[in-house]
Amino acid sequence: MMRHLISAADLTRDDAVLILDTAEEMARVADRPIKKLPALRGRTVCNLFFEDSTRTRISFEAAEKRLSADVINFAAKGSSVSKGESLKDTAQTLEAMGVDAVVIRHGASGAPYRLATSGWIDAPVINAGDGTHQHPTQALLDAFTMRRRLIGPDAGLGQGLDGKRITLVGDVLHSRVARSNVDLLHTLGAEVTLVAPPTLIPVGVENWPCEVSYDLDSTLPKSDAVMMLRVQRERMKAAFFPTEREYSRRYGLDGDRMARMPGHAVVMHPGPMVRGMEITAEVADSERCTVVEQVANGVSIRMAVLYLLLGGNEPAVTHPAPATTPATKRSAPASASRIEEK
Amino acid sequence: MDSHDSDAARPVLEGPDIARVLTRIAHEIVERAKGAEDVVLLGIPTRGVFLAQRLAAKLEEIVGAPGGPGDPVGPGREIPVGSLDITMYRDDLRMHPPRALARTDIPSEGIDGRLVVLVDDVLFSGRTIRAALDALNDIGRPRAVQLAVLVDRGHRELPIRADYVGKNLPTSLRETVKVQLAEEDGRDAVLLGAKPTAPAGER
Amino acid sequence: MSKILIRGAQVLGGEPQDVLIDGSEIAEVGQGLAADGADVVEAGGKILLPGLVDLHTHLREPGREDSETVLTGTRAAASGGYTSVFAMANTFPVADTAGVVEQVYRLGKESGYCDVQPIGAVTVGLEGKKLAELGAMHESAAGVTVFSDDGKCVDDAVIMRRALEYVKAFGGVVAQHAQEPRLTEGAQMNEGVVSAELGLGGWPAVAEESIIARDVLLAEHVGSRVHICHLSTAGSVEIVRWAKSRGIDVTAEVTPHHLLLTDELVRSYNPVYKVNPPLRTERDVMALREALADGTIDIVATDHAPHPHEDKDCEWAAAAMGMVGLETALSVVQHTMVDTGLLTWEGVAERMSWAPARIGGAAGHGRPVSAGEPANLTLLDPAYRGAVDPAGFASRSRNTPYEGRELPGRVTHTWLRGRATLVDGKLQ
Repeated sequence: MMRHLISAADLTRDDAVLILDTAEEMARVADRPIKKLPALRGRTVCNLFFEDSTRTRISFEAAEKRLSADVINFAAKGSSVSKGESLKDTAQTLEAMGVDAVVIRHGASGAPYRLATSGWIDAPVINAGDGTHQHPTQALLDAFTMRRRLIGPDAGLGQGLDGKRITLVGDVLHSRVARSNVDLLHTLGAEVTLVAPPTLIPVGVENWPCEVSYDLDSTLPKSDAVMMLRVQRERMKAAFFPTEREYSRRYGLDGDRMARMPGHAVVMHPGPMVRGMEITAEVADSERCTVVEQVANGVSIRMAVLYLLLGGNEPAVTHPAPATTPATKRSAPASASRIEEK
Repeated sequence: MDSHDSDAARPVLEGPDIARVLTRIAHEIVERAKGAEDVVLLGIPTRGVFLAQRLAAKLEEIVGAPGGPGDPVGPGREIPVGSLDITMYRDDLRMHPPRALARTDIPSEGIDGRLVVLVDDVLFSGRTIRAALDALNDIGRPRAVQLAVLVDRGHRELPIRADYVGKNLPTSLRETVKVQLAEEDGRDAVLLGAKPTAPAGER
Repeated sequence: MSKILIRGAQVLGGEPQDVLIDGSEIAEVGQGLAADGADVVEAGGKILLPGLVDLHTHLREPGREDSETVLTGTRAAASGGYTSVFAMANTFPVADTAGVVEQVYRLGKESGYCDVQPIGAVTVGLEGKKLAELGAMHESAAGVTVFSDDGKCVDDAVIMRRALEYVKAFGGVVAQHAQEPRLTEGAQMNEGVVSAELGLGGWPAVAEESIIARDVLLAEHVGSRVHICHLSTAGSVEIVRWAKSRGIDVTAEVTPHHLLLTDELVRSYNPVYKVNPPLRTERDVMALREALADGTIDIVATDHAPHPHEDKDCEWAAAAMGMVGLETALSVVQHTMVDTGLLTWEGVAERMSWAPARIGGAAGHGRPVSAGEPANLTLLDPAYRGAVDPAGFASRSRNTPYEGRELPGRVTHTWLRGRATLVDGKLQ
């Protein structure tokens, strides 16, 4: 039985729907005078952040506190702590302190997996974003937001996102959000299209369960939700695209482009937004943009994940342990097509 | 031939019995709550919610019927009814895998200063009701809390009693009490059976 | 000196024969040789090979004695059936002067387990900017003939051209670590399906292949020979095959791990699988095996790269690259090449002894198993089956990717110039 949440690819459809349904109940707690539930009373959760991320950290912290957990924040960013042995040492320190679960954000892909499988600690590990690998709670909150908007909070209960057309636009190559979303949205039955300049699409994407397009304008009218990924300006220096202006012109979402989306379609962004780069202020501030909702939903999703992994004597989420079947979903036979292309 | 089978669940209340005792409970509530003007019914999922909804309908019939005995405001008055999920307040939460959550739906009037009547199908150890009182505590401060149950089967483990009881059903711990309601189970009945784990030699 | 009679060994996998060692030389090879007071080693069912030669070993001394020393490294070599190893230059300080190579050479002599032939750096400090004193290293006591910046690529085309030309004066060879540096910035694993999924920086095959293509053309242009370290891709094989067909004087090596392991293993994020060049795909593995069988790839070299435990007991990105290999190389080659029918034992002798000795100019090594030759010999039991247990390694480091994996074959005896360095699997 799986005790960790490392990758969105590990979640079965039933697991994912259970998390979304549980989050729906958790969301209602926010409307109560006392925004607190006793599920994790007496349990200690450590937020182990090797990378700055105030947003994600306070979202987890809010979720943990609403479930009455004791919270330890460990900001390990900087100097010597970024070295490898320190992850192990830090983990063992936390273990010795009797931490019941670790929420980890790390700049190195695979660090949470390593933490969960290396035998350094026994506590359940929740991945709060690792390198350019995975950010499963972000994908869950995105799916939750889509289900609420496109189907409805109550009508969506028990449902996936079957047949919904979701478009992700931007720096897919460096995006853990994109990887997690492709995995989860596919599991939930959605049709995913990635749109980016070819330089920002990873080699090997052909095995992902999604479509790839280089043309935003032709994709927008066929989208129920358009998720804009953050594009860091530093990418320009590494020649991923020539100028900010050219990027915005080809892949940015402005009012004109938004008008080409179906009337019901929403605009999403994992934040923080780079206004003027991938999204204009007009779009970011429009009714159709769910950025603020996504933040609120993030707390509900993280409450659901924490409750389902830690609330009982064993996890309610049934996906297999990564040690036995690491990220099997996309592990198709090694494709050699790329070498033949050369 | 006697096809006697001691394992088979035996109905102790049938559909009409259940309707009758709910009507009686509704009348008792109106009587004790002096018209039920500030009553809020909160059912405990799953079947307590359906019972609460039925009770609300009965109360509306009584107090809301034109010329009815408790009709100070005229016909059609709605009795607020909701649900109260107690999953995360259970004292055995850590002894099982986490359960799926049920809906907590508090009527828009809220519960502050009102008479909350908790509604459940079976009163047994009392632990569910204790959890419900805790859950209620996080939602507001009622004027008073009362408890209505369809069946009280005894064996209390906490100092808790019901204010309104459909049927007192003395049972042994080896027996099971199962409430079926049309909304969930397709029929109305209260069934008394033996625990399936009972050794065969006990017959 | 004492005499040793190896009785009934299958010399190069052929018919059982007796081999008599007298002193440091092979005195006689034949059937029914008389023991005549010699110590007898019963070798029925075992394979006798010329002592193995590794053209690519990291002994780490001087500078990283926490991971390996010349002594522990040569003990590991003897355990694996090697009688000669070429020690890579990326030590601290770098082996880019006569002083450092002579020190390593002397330490090898003192160890007594295996001959150590130092490799000299091509450029000062492995920085790729300025040629090291290649001639001085050649003329030193170490007599360096192989030069390599291994660990780093000589990526400047002009420096590479000059090095290829310069070593012609004394018959040297440049061994290139083919890795285009700009294409591999931040690279963590083979770029492909698995890297896309794992979010690890991609290490494209083209970064290796483009350098190999450039260097074989440079070698052709200046009429030099060039050696390519650790080929890892099917594309590299194609380029070397093309270059050889064109008459270019190129030789190439493959590591045991690239003959067996693929990038699918990286899914575990276990840094024991982190290596340079990275593990590639199944298709590459098959191409490498085929190329080794048909001679496109000349030799197997271990790229034995010891690292202390803490450099691997961490997250992937922070981990060091490299695997130990001396003590498992022959087993992996048996498993991937012999047991699959791709290579005979004589073919193994060619690729793990004769050819590497020829390329590196290892005097007295890589010789035929016949009378009058130096008694550098390796005896292995090909029927042995057992799981790899790093606890039993002679190497100071344990970073093997084969822990717990069952591999065939086991080296039981190694003789260095007639002196037994390994007897019944035990170092002497």
